[in-house]
Amino acid sequence: MATLTIDGQEVHAEEGQTILEVARENGIDIPTLCYHPLLEPYGACRLCTVEVIRHGRSKLQTSCTHPAWDGLEVKTHSPAVVEARKTILELMLSRCPNVPVIQAMAQEYGVTEPPFPTDDPEQKCILCGLCVRVCHEMVKADVLHFAESGVERQVGPAFMEKTRQCIGCGACTVVCPTGAIEIVMEKDAVYQEKPLGPTSAVWVPSLQAVPRVPVIDPDVCIRFRQKDRTDGEIVDACGACQMLCEADAINFDHEDEVVELDVGAIVVATGFQMWDPVQLSQYSYGKSPNIITGMEFERLSNAGGITGGEILTAEGKKPDRVAIIHCVGSRDHNAHPYCSRICCMYSLKQAHLVRDKTGAEVYEFYMDMRSFGKAYEEFYERIQEENVTFVRGRGAEVQVLPDGKLRVAGEDADLGRKVHADVDMVVLSTAVEAPHDADRVGSLFGLSRSEDGFFAEAHPKLRPVETNTEGVFLAGAAQGPKDVPDTVAHAGAAASMALALLDKGEVTISPQVAVVDEKLCSACKTCLSLCPYTAISFIEEENVARVNEALCKGCGTCVASCPAGAITARHFTDQQILAQIEGLFRSLEEEPAAAEVEAEGVNL
Amino acid sequence: MSTADFEPRIVGFLCNWCTYSAADTAGVSRLEQPPNVDIIRVMCTGRVDPVFILKAFAEGADGVIVSGCHPPGDCHYNNGNYKTFRRMPLVEAMLQQYGIEKERFHWGWISGAEAPKWAHLVQDFTEQVRELGPLNWKRELESKED
Repeated sequence: MATLTIDGQEVHAEEGQTILEVARENGIDIPTLCYHPLLEPYGACRLCTVEVIRHGRSKLQTSCTHPAWDGLEVKTHSPAVVEARKTILELMLSRCPNVPVIQAMAQEYGVTEPPFPTDDPEQKCILCGLCVRVCHEMVKADVLHFAESGVERQVGPAFMEKTRQCIGCGACTVVCPTGAIEIVMEKDAVYQEKPLGPTSAVWVPSLQAVPRVPVIDPDVCIRFRQKDRTDGEIVDACGACQMLCEADAINFDHEDEVVELDVGAIVVATGFQMWDPVQLSQYSYGKSPNIITGMEFERLSNAGGITGGEILTAEGKKPDRVAIIHCVGSRDHNAHPYCSRICCMYSLKQAHLVRDKTGAEVYEFYMDMRSFGKAYEEFYERIQEENVTFVRGRGAEVQVLPDGKLRVAGEDADLGRKVHADVDMVVLSTAVEAPHDADRVGSLFGLSRSEDGFFAEAHPKLRPVETNTEGVFLAGAAQGPKDVPDTVAHAGAAASMALALLDKGEVTISPQVAVVDEKLCSACKTCLSLCPYTAISFIEEENVARVNEALCKGCGTCVASCPAGAITARHFTDQQILAQIEGLFRSLEEEPAAAEVEAEGVNL
Repeated sequence: MSTADFEPRIVGFLCNWCTYSAADTAGVSRLEQPPNVDIIRVMCTGRVDPVFILKAFAEGADGVIVSGCHPPGDCHYNNGNYKTFRRMPLVEAMLQQYGIEKERFHWGWISGAEAPKWAHLVQDFTEQVRELGPLNWKRELESKED
């Protein structure tokens, strides 16, 4: 622990701290352009120059590089320091006359005009080396270096040529104090702005996220990208978040792991995904940033979103007119024929939000208003009273007009004629669909899917959470589109079904199992390889095959293939099926009485 | 007998999980289908012993349908449909050796979600068998026994 005085104030410093760090900790302002707390100090801009007095001897030193020794006396704004800084700023302003941050600093020290001739008025780089240091120390890509010397000194990649070493992370543009570095997209590259998505590699999924912790996106995170790019050679790139996290909560070594659990019941709650409206080109999604989906609107109106909850067009203005189009991709035989169930109500809510937050005119293009739930119809009535214009008829087309406005064309079925509305923003209430990997999940759990692609329940009315696979239950939108109350009810039912199964402590197995008549078994072992559940084992001592009834699911494949006819499928015996076939034909041709006698005679 | 008067009798062996439930849904949905197909439910098409098919023809059926779950992956019993997939071509070849036209025997896959497909199959297959006329296998067998 060292004690020193800065501007007359007594401060304490840890071993290894610099004067600048100690000053900042104590709220003493020292100007600088080339300092970054995560990077090695470099002393390039010289603006942090202070007067250091030790043993009665005064010296001008850069505070970012000078250790905070015990007993130092530091003056950050003494006349000598101010004079030195002024000279530095004169030189800097002469080099870069058009950089606002330098202009502002120079102004502060009374320098308004560059006192020396300027080589290049567009020059922005002050050669502070922050970019070089961040590229070397953090990104570990080593793309940027100093080149040449003296007045020729400059910063750039080797030989000032494009290099594949650069991963385009943009760290250099972030640290550059003067805005001298820009990321330029390749001419052919499709640059899709995502103003509604996350803006950094670390983000909280949503303000309502539970648990509310940030996640790291490995596709964007410099550390993971460098690790992937170099096949694991560079494993310690960046890590800025880890260095800054005071709680020490970031651990890059956590990896996905496969956990094997023995469970008695499984609830499949894999949910849904939003249908991509690009697939129906008449809605022009992607052709204008003001054509957004309902989900994107939610992001926009979310207080934690990029506009802080304000509903703004891509031009940053409040819209005057907004159109909301229902049933985009739902109830449409070119996309999904089914009703997505949630869109009517959230569209009404969004109409309310637009009215409330912007006062814009709202046009709702709807086919039928499906306000089916408790208090939903009342909500619909309330929105009608909020002066929202309801147009009954599918919004048929969205055109982007030359001036950037959007024209929604459709038919008003009540008026019986074509209508259109020119608006500033279009919200598409897109369909809910089964997740893209539902087939993979389905085959994993032995679930069948109904025509709409969602998982099929065991019975559409009487067994809505059970599946055809015992012990596997469905919850929520995995079974079909559902709003929140329905999802909660469905999930509750699934949980209690699962608990009922577990609580019993034993399982009831189906009586439809295969049994081997051991007297007839010829020990050919044909059945062993056919059984999908390895329920048949061969007893060497007795030279017979035997079925484990707890494992057998009763498919009967072994029965059909047994050359000796030794295996019987209970409740689906050969005699039963053959009798059914006989019965089919006999009942018509023979006298009813005879058929009855025959059926009784089978006696199974 | 002209083909118009002839009502073919068809036996369908349907697996419990896919085609049987498709047929059930087709009925519940009131999809139009001729009443010529009599359905025998089995747990899996893998259970369908070729003997059943021959028995159906021997008892007087003019056509037989075997239908289960789509491969791959739809089978409730993992791979019962694959066993059907291997067996049925043999049955088909055998039937032809017995002189039964291969158009009288249909085997394939209809999932529980494909009720309209089942209704179409019933319509098309009934017409196909109607075109072929009665099989009369039973009468021939009985006359030989006499």
